[in-house]
This record gives sequence, structure tokens and C-alpha cells, in this order.
Amino acid sequence: MTDGPAPVLAAELIRWSWIGDHLDDIRDDLLQHVQLTFLAVLLGLLLAFPLSLAAFRWPRLYAPILGSTGILFTIPSLALFILLIPFTGLSISTSLIGLTMYTLLILVRNIVEGLRGVDRDVREAAEAMGYTRARQLFQVELPLALPVIIAGIRIATVTTIGLVTITALIGQGGLGQLFIDGFTLNFATPIVVGIVLSALLAFTADLALVGLQHQLTPWARSRGR
Amino acid sequence: MNVVNEVLAWLTDPAQWSGPDGIPVRTLQHLWYSVLATAIAAAVALPIGVYIGHTGRGAIVAVNLTNLGRAIPSLGIIILMFTIFGFGIAPILVTLFALAIPPIVTNSYIGVRSVDPDVREAAEGMGMRGRQVLWRVELPMAMPLIMAGIRTSAVQVVATATLAAFVGLGGLGRYLIDGLAQRDLAEVVGGAILVAVLSLVTELLLGRVQTLVVSKGLTERGADAAVRAKVEKAA
Repeated sequence: MTDGPAPVLAAELIRWSWIGDHLDDIRDDLLQHVQLTFLAVLLGLLLAFPLSLAAFRWPRLYAPILGSTGILFTIPSLALFILLIPFTGLSISTSLIGLTMYTLLILVRNIVEGLRGVDRDVREAAEAMGYTRARQLFQVELPLALPVIIAGIRIATVTTIGLVTITALIGQGGLGQLFIDGFTLNFATPIVVGIVLSALLAFTADLALVGLQHQLTPWARSRGR
Repeated sequence: MNVVNEVLAWLTDPAQWSGPDGIPVRTLQHLWYSVLATAIAAAVALPIGVYIGHTGRGAIVAVNLTNLGRAIPSLGIIILMFTIFGFGIAPILVTLFALAIPPIVTNSYIGVRSVDPDVREAAEGMGMRGRQVLWRVELPMAMPLIMAGIRTSAVQVVATATLAAFVGLGGLGRYLIDGLAQRDLAEVVGGAILVAVLSLVTELLLGRVQTLVVSKGLTERGADAAVRAKVEKAA
């Protein structure tokens, strides 16, 4: 490894015949990537909701949650995945648990900030109209917090799509597998394919979520936001 | 508990603290890649962000760059650069540079852009010209956000410089990659702790720098809360 590979020519970056021969592998990697991302964001959301509601209700819980977010992002993601191996082995759950931890922390922060950002006047109006706490939460606060919550889902999704590639180093990498293949073969095409597809995937997912937000918050549209 | 003892033993073993693959040398290598990449990125990204903020041209790019940056797979970039440039410092520098650019551009853009228009007009009313407004009003007022961008980038860069080890370079990532290859958990955990500590120290040090470069007028109480709210929003 110390000698390194001979530098390749730019013309070697894309060998179309390789892509043609490996379409099935590429499709499987892409599917695994989508699957891991989807599951991590979904699990993150399921866990983040009760946690956020608790942190919203009891603000004292919020500071430790924010603090752990900060610390988690200073740990190299590779290290986090490796540290999970003793507990879960080289299985898909290792990747999934690690990825979910990242989404969870991003989501909790945005859900709590979204709920906190609801105008006090609106909240008081709901109370004055005799809304119960639960009804106020589901019919007033959550809908108004939706743009901030969806912004969190966007960040979590795009971050996860990037992080999935790292999990290739512990054997479950989706498109990251293409990076490892290219590294092993010392051949650029799989790497380029992996980078382009994961960037496209992130871009598409982000756009889809913007579209979803547009659908879910019709009141924001009429104000020409 | 066993793992904790092993990690402590690994971290406190005198042999780890000397020689060419000892912790001090690895830390210096790690810092060298990180500082170099962040400095180059800041030199490129700051003028771009400030220019966009000052003129308002290209705002869409500046706003979306950070989110776009999250989609860049660092592992892919470093391996691709490795197949192109071969062994050397170039692959890790390019990777960290690409990682560091977006937060600095976006934050310096938002910082300059969100300077109160009244303040800008007041400066113009006092007879300042475009460049003077930029240097004497906009930049000082944008400084908290500019520094927030640099801090975000620097912390990410320090955490990601770990990947250098994957393409045969040094740095603290060696302990992670070698430990993974040898199934030596103590080495992996020890390495991870060292990188996390280095990231936290980076964050704290840059926080200190921030209090030095941010104008006193901005950090007095009332103003402080407003700025902090803004910084948090952008981060």
C-alpha cells in the first residue's frame, strides 16, 4: 500500500462497458442504500416523536439531548459503527442502529424547535377555544411546526445517504460497496458511479421531501412563501 | 468493564506515546491535514460567501450549498482521488476541502445578508462607500456567523480526517483502520476517543478565537442573545 497505485488517466474514469456488465450489482447496492436510509429515517422518526414531546413538555430534558447531539457529531462516524460491532456483529443491524442514532438526534432537535417556534398567541387562542392539550398538540402545534420538522427530515435523510457509504467499511454499505470495489480493483469507474448515484439519490430524496412539505402545508403556499 | 480497562491500558501505555506511530505524531499528522484543508477552504469559501452576501448575487447557490455538501460521500471522494493521484496528501486534502467549503460559504453569506438594512443605510448615510460598508459594518457584524461556519467545518474536518488512514496516510484514523483490521477493540475505541477529544478541543479553541475576533459591541448582553439565536438558527 505504501507504493500506491499508478495514477490513472482521466479517460479511464468512466468505462461504460464495466457499468453495462455490472448493472445488477449496481441496482442491488442502490436498493440496499435506499432501504437502509428509509429504515433509519423511519425508525428515527418513530423514536424521535415521543422523545421530542417529552423534551418539549419538560424543557430540562432538552439540554442533555442537544449536548449529546454535539458530541455524537465529533465522533468519526466510522468509529461509531466500529464500536457497535461487539454488540451487534457485522450485521445490517449495526449499520441501522448507528444510522438511526444520527437521524434521531437531528430529528429531535428540529421537532422540539418547531414546536417551540409556534406563536404564543396561536397557542393561547387554541386554549381559549377550549382545546384539550392533546387536541392542541395534534391540530395546532404539530401542523404549524411541520415546515421545521420536514426541514429536519430533509437534513436527516441527506445526512444518512452520505453516512450509509461509510458503513461499507464494516460490510453493509449500499453504494459505498462500489467505493470499496473500486479501491480493491484500483479502478475509478465504480467509485464515480457510486458518488454520482448517491449524490443523485440525496438530491431526489430532498426534492421529494420539499414536494411533500408543499402538499402538507397548503396554508404556506397561499402566502407566496 | 473489561473493554474500559483495556482501552485505559491502551491509552496509558507509554509505548503509545512515543515513536513514529505514537499518539503525539499521529495527532500532529491529523492536525496537519485538518488545519491545511480548513485554511485553504476558508481562503476560498469566505470571499465567495461574503461576495454573495454583499451583492445578493447567487444567493440560491449559497443557501443550498450546505445541504448539497451533506450529500458528498467523503469515502468515495478520497478513494477516487487516490486512484487519480496515487499515494500522497492530495486525496485527503481534496476530500476535506470539499467537506469544509459549504458551511463556510453558507454561514458567511447568511451573516453578511442578515445585517440589519437600517444599519447598512445608516452607514451609507454617514458617507461610507460600498467597500467601507463591507469592511467596517457588514463583516464585523457577520463575524459570529462567519466563525460559526468555520467551527462547523473544522469539527467535521477533524472527524473526517480519520479517513486519511484508509488510503495509507497517517493521522489518528490509523488506530481505527488498523484496529478494525486486527480486531483490536481497545485500539479502535482509544483512537475514536482521541479523535473525539481533538474535535472537541478544536471546537473550544475556535470558540475562544471567536470571542477575540467578534466586536465587543456585538457581545454585550442584549445584542448577544439576538446574535446567538441567529447563529443557532443557521447552524
